[in-house]
Amino acid sequence: MARVLINVPRSAKRGDIITIRTLIQHTMETGYRPNAQGEVVPRDIIRRFTCSYDGAVIFSAELSPAIAANPFLSFTTVATRSGTVTMTWEGDNGFAQTETRPIEVT
Amino acid sequence: MRRTLALLLLALPASAQDRRSGFEDMARETQAMQRDDMQNPGMLWVAEGEERFNRDCTSCHTEASMRGVAARYPAWDEATGAPIDLAGRISACVERHQRATPPARESQALLALTAYVAHQSRGLPISRPTDPRLAPALAQGRALYGERRGQLDLSCVQCHDDNAGRRLAGSVIPQAHPTGYPLYRLEWQGLGSLQRRLRGCMTGVRSEPFAYGAAEYVALEIFLNDRAAGMAIETPAVRP
Repeated sequence: MARVLINVPRSAKRGDIITIRTLIQHTMETGYRPNAQGEVVPRDIIRRFTCSYDGAVIFSAELSPAIAANPFLSFTTVATRSGTVTMTWEGDNGFAQTETRPIEVT
Repeated sequence: MRRTLALLLLALPASAQDRRSGFEDMARETQAMQRDDMQNPGMLWVAEGEERFNRDCTSCHTEASMRGVAARYPAWDEATGAPIDLAGRISACVERHQRATPPARESQALLALTAYVAHQSRGLPISRPTDPRLAPALAQGRALYGERRGQLDLSCVQCHDDNAGRRLAGSVIPQAHPTGYPLYRLEWQGLGSLQRRLRGCMTGVRSEPFAYGAAEYVALEIFLNDRAAGMAIETPAVRP
């Protein structure tokens, strides 16, 4: 399990614009770099990030080898109702991680 | 009154007046990255260190007791009769008191624990190494700092004192104050210690770097802390 830092507001007013911020520990190895022995290190990146709010996808991103290690993503959405924010990272070598955070909308 | 103040300022050594952390010379975006714990990738290591600390270290230590510790290291180690830096102290603690294999230098485990402990001192001033037993190491560090090394035949002084603030290619030469270690360096794409940074400079001037954990590094760190005494700790800092 990769370490993550996630910032989803615990509560919000209906109609508020909320910012969701995520930071995940990942090497994002490009697949172009040689190691000390001169062999190319195989690519190991996160390929896709998806965020769904109460079952519906509100944000997704495709990540490429040019993105730095430990990718940070920040995006906004409108708070509609109480529910769960689910974030999924998928990548090379079967990397898959899902995190959920509750949000209470009043 | 104002005149006395001005005189007082004049009485201070030049370096004490206009010392600046590398933070101030960074791009605004990089500064924002360091300032916001949510964006600062170093906090991933701090979070891991916290988990390790709470699992392995709380039989003896508490989080509160770690406050200010990083500000007074390197310190004197009674057991070996030599100065020891914070990472070395943590390794020694694992070896002597937990009877476990100490984590290797620059390993994820040691960096995480060091970052966590140093993070507890964030905002506190680096204290001047006043322990008289550290004096020989301080002198050695000062000598190393002024010693020309490598094929380029450069000393630390020539860049970090004589030409600090000017540019080396596209980058501003910092004054070399170790305020934020271990820090997240964008070039490394990861967290690294002061010793890794010193190695970077040494290979940069084409000299043979010391091995990790060498006494020379600890001596240099003592001297650099003496030079940076009073500046606030920023761990985990972000640098380009």
